[in-house]
Amino acid sequence: MTMRSENGAGVGAPAEGAGLESLPGSGSPPGGVPAEAVQAERQRWMSVLAKAQLSELEQAWDQVEERPAFQWLRPPEIGMVMVRARSGGTGGQFNLGQMTVTRCALRVDSGATGLGYVQGRSKRHAELAAIFDALLQDGGRRAVLDEEVIRPLAAAYDRRRDERSRKANSTKVNFFTLVRGEND
Amino acid sequence: MALTSTPNGTTVDKTTVLSSGARAGIDTADLKPGLADPVHESQTLFRHLLDAMARPGRAVDLETALDAPTPLDPATAAVVLTLCDYDTPLWIDWIADTPPVRSYCRFHCGSALVERPDEAAFALVSDAENMPRLGLFAQGIDQYPDRSATLVVQLPDLEGGPERVLKGPGIATQAVLRAGGLPDWFWNDWRLNAAQFPLGVDIFFTSGRRIVGLPRTVLVEG
Repeated sequence: MTMRSENGAGVGAPAEGAGLESLPGSGSPPGGVPAEAVQAERQRWMSVLAKAQLSELEQAWDQVEERPAFQWLRPPEIGMVMVRARSGGTGGQFNLGQMTVTRCALRVDSGATGLGYVQGRSKRHAELAAIFDALLQDGGRRAVLDEEVIRPLAAAYDRRRDERSRKANSTKVNFFTLVRGEND
Repeated sequence: MALTSTPNGTTVDKTTVLSSGARAGIDTADLKPGLADPVHESQTLFRHLLDAMARPGRAVDLETALDAPTPLDPATAAVVLTLCDYDTPLWIDWIADTPPVRSYCRFHCGSALVERPDEAAFALVSDAENMPRLGLFAQGIDQYPDRSATLVVQLPDLEGGPERVLKGPGIATQAVLRAGGLPDWFWNDWRLNAAQFPLGVDIFFTSGRRIVGLPRTVLVEG
């Protein structure tokens, strides 16, 4: 069974609280770049921020210069979302189960809106994810932040994932049947 | 819209046409913040709304510091934020039907926005003079009178209009309402609305930070 979920792409209808709408666009995309490309970029960094560990995010935040003031559009709130999946990635859709999600929305001084949707109950995690999301929409800061924050976080996540799958793989058992060749 | 070619022969990319409307997200560029402390503030506001419905005709101050999107008053936005959620379809009248207000309602309430007044559980009216007749909203059915619409009608003022005397449950002797900015037909329609009890719509009049409740049980004189 494969869960076709990457950063909320497979997260379906919410069971509680206001609806999780389709990811809002970032307002006006920078001229010349197609909106889909901007959205894909944003999905990528939102995914990295959501899957990072809180301690790593705090560390990254400590190193940020020029921290913006911000205003809450939606203070962090905890709710449940129904995760939907397809068996084998192609079968019929079914409800896999509910998971806890914390979300928030804020606007930084420059006017960009940041959204944070993270697994679990950490309001601080959602807040930091939203602030970074807002900062990354600023074309002038994106390159630096991408290099100094997003890449290391993505690398750390890949390492964790790799380690876990190695550990799981070491306990893997292959079952096979020898052909006895009695009937030929 | 399934047209793939226009009369002058140019072809329109079908996927672009379809996706532009169907998958439009919420524009958060100029979204106003909602309630700062959603749980406690909406409980306090709900208490005020109950008071307003229990004492028809008496103005209740919502004491909210909400920063509402134009053209909504703080009280209007507060009522919508308190009552609407993802399973209450909301209808917005033509003056308030602007991208900022639509984003505001979809983002903070999660409500589906409907095009026809009779499909809505709540209706947001900011231009009372040109509002649809009361009979055009959902009236409920005999088995389920609760399936009627609740109207949030924003008025220029609650003191300067013609005097109306209200009677009914929640009013000891009589209450006087001087709501300004209502259309000529309004009180006639209200008599028809009250006459079909238990069916009919309920109304919150809002102005500034204040609201007045007008449940379907209220009878109007004069």
